[in-house]
Amino acid sequence: MAITFTVNNKPASVDAGPETPLLWVVREHLKLTGTKYGCGAGMCGACTVHLDGKAIRSCQTPVAMVAGKNVTTIEGLSANSDHPLQKAWLDLQVPQCGYCQSGQIMQAAALLAANKNPSRDDIVRHMDGNICRCGTYPRILRAVERAAKQGA
Amino acid sequence: MGKIERNPQGALSRRGFLAGSAGLTFALSIPGALFVRPAAALAEGGAPAALGAWVTIGADGAIVLAIPVAEMGQGSLTGLAMVFAEEMDADWSRVSTTYPPVKPEIFGNPIFGGMMVTYGSGSIRGYWDKVRLQAAAVRNVLMQAAADRWQVPLGELHTEPSIVVHAASNRSMSYGEIASFAQVPATMPAIDKSALKKMADYRILGKNTPRLDIPGKIDGSALYAIDVQVPNMVYATVLRTPVEGGTPEHVEDAAALAVPGVLKVVPLKNSVGVVAETIEAAFKGRSALKVSWSSVPTDSFNSAAGLKDFLARAAKLDDKGTSYVAKGDADEAFAKAAKVMTAQYSSEYVYHAQMEPMNVTASVGPAGDSAEIWIGTQGVSPNAFAAAAMLKTTPDKIKLNQFYLGGGYGRRSPADMIPEVLPLAKAMQRPVKLIWTREQDVKSAQMRPMTGHQVEAALDADGKVTGWRHRVVGESVVAYRGTEKALEGAKGLDGIVLEGSKHEYGIPNQSIAYLREKRGIAVAAWRGIGAGYNKFVVESFIDEIANAQNKDPVAFRLELLKDEPRAQAVIKAVVDKSGWGKAVADGHALGFSYAKVVETYVAAVGEISL
Repeated sequence: MAITFTVNNKPASVDAGPETPLLWVVREHLKLTGTKYGCGAGMCGACTVHLDGKAIRSCQTPVAMVAGKNVTTIEGLSANSDHPLQKAWLDLQVPQCGYCQSGQIMQAAALLAANKNPSRDDIVRHMDGNICRCGTYPRILRAVERAAKQGA
Repeated sequence: MGKIERNPQGALSRRGFLAGSAGLTFALSIPGALFVRPAAALAEGGAPAALGAWVTIGADGAIVLAIPVAEMGQGSLTGLAMVFAEEMDADWSRVSTTYPPVKPEIFGNPIFGGMMVTYGSGSIRGYWDKVRLQAAAVRNVLMQAAADRWQVPLGELHTEPSIVVHAASNRSMSYGEIASFAQVPATMPAIDKSALKKMADYRILGKNTPRLDIPGKIDGSALYAIDVQVPNMVYATVLRTPVEGGTPEHVEDAAALAVPGVLKVVPLKNSVGVVAETIEAAFKGRSALKVSWSSVPTDSFNSAAGLKDFLARAAKLDDKGTSYVAKGDADEAFAKAAKVMTAQYSSEYVYHAQMEPMNVTASVGPAGDSAEIWIGTQGVSPNAFAAAAMLKTTPDKIKLNQFYLGGGYGRRSPADMIPEVLPLAKAMQRPVKLIWTREQDVKSAQMRPMTGHQVEAALDADGKVTGWRHRVVGESVVAYRGTEKALEGAKGLDGIVLEGSKHEYGIPNQSIAYLREKRGIAVAAWRGIGAGYNKFVVESFIDEIANAQNKDPVAFRLELLKDEPRAQAVIKAVVDKSGWGKAVADGHALGFSYAKVVETYVAAVGEISL
């Protein structure tokens, strides 16, 4: 049965089982592959997207749960890759292998949307569940701080 | 367009043609399109990279370099492009990269037997001369073409970024203009290493340069192999043997086949594949499989007990193992020692934990003797050759498309996905995208070997270190990854396991030995290979010796390294920059370590608080 919702401000309708993780719907059904499969257990954060503006783990979200709601993926974060976080990420050359970075940016974007001026502790606490195996954490921290300063 | 290459014999020569008016402009700028970056896709568009060209130059000045290294966050895709662009004197802002086809005879790394592989911190140092000589020849051809056009001697020309200049007549021509008319000579100019650009003249190298792969990694457009979408493809996952080497004996697949979307269950050598219309169905099908596995000797292996065995063996000095370093007479130094210090260290099995679970997509041709593979791999030519061997065909029948790697760390060096995906693709007669679940990725980890160490120091009456003994006990990565023959060829010495056990400390009598274990565990090269544990052992023990003599750990190291000026300089620089020796807060302490690994000297200061 088709489930309809909004992805990156566009209507989407997918024919998938209601319990199908949103992750696979986004990646394989809708071909928005910026959202990554890391663990499938909500433990790494690589699959982070926004559901009505809040950061969620798409691998732990059955697609039925998003019916009628707004999903934003990394592809829809900004029109020209120019969200303040993306600009800071580019300026500070944050990614290494890059696989976790869509999730990192989406997680950080939800923080800045709710808190324009987060403290370092706020950032660390908010980003705590997003793993980066390359260890880019110091640059992620600096980039979030920079984006906050420049008005995300 | 310009297409310049090195032929298999190593002589620079022209293949194909270079002419035409339009130059070659790639459709590299199509945003978001799949299969744009892989070299094989360019081949379909007629790009000469498929034929073995290192560089193509468009009439508009766009320069596309074929860079044969994997990008997994280490930056050498950009780094090697910088090396090429520097020597070619290219305008860096016009440079982009593509992956070359699998032609190790052209694109192989000289320090790794000419294979197209990315590991061992070997991309820049391995390709350094090869790429510069190639680029210098390209520049020479461009200059010669301008010289011919202007009827002036080559020696009167010089280059500015992407421009050939004849200063005497105040004329210049861009590389793009030249590419639109130039003829590549039948024999490319031979460049002598002495003619290569001097470091003082570098415009690109040595500057902090933004990486070419970063823009795609902040907006989701960078493509990893797991992102591949091929028309008509199906999805697969595998349930693998719980213990290395096991084979499926009885497969209960009714429940898996009952999952909507599951198409087929295929027993493989050491796993069972579940193929489905969707990845979620494949994963669900895998959970519903019941498989009994053949028993293997490793079933009974207990790593906790195994480590005790390793350490007990490390202590048995009459079990000599295989000698790796024998300097002076260590036995005599210990016999004459005023004092002997001994310590044991151990390291656990370690999982690579690369963020992108193992995956590969492949299709097999209808005759079963050709394949196309989409993969992010550190082992381009080994994977393509493994596929050719498996299909009993020749490597030219295998098209391999390289993607970014969501972490490598050595895990993506072997060709271990090929034996799973090809039979699945063959069975389905459709392209198959195989993704391991994270749980499977952990369970089928190819780990850094567990090791046990005994290390001993002989001290004379003055506290001088006269002897050093280090015994490394563990399984062989070379034998597992390669063959027993490969280990025999290395005289029984596993360079991956032993990496980092050699050091520069000026101890006159040294014995370092490898004591091999065979426990049947899948062990692999893992980020930094043996240096991870061996340097920990060496540096920890050096500290123990210094501490026992109430010596400053830095002063003690400098004393032992008095004949190593580079090591001394690095240590002193780190001391200066770190404020080693400064007062630290209560409950805080500083520690120092030094290592030389893969031709690089490193020293580090760590501060901890308790």
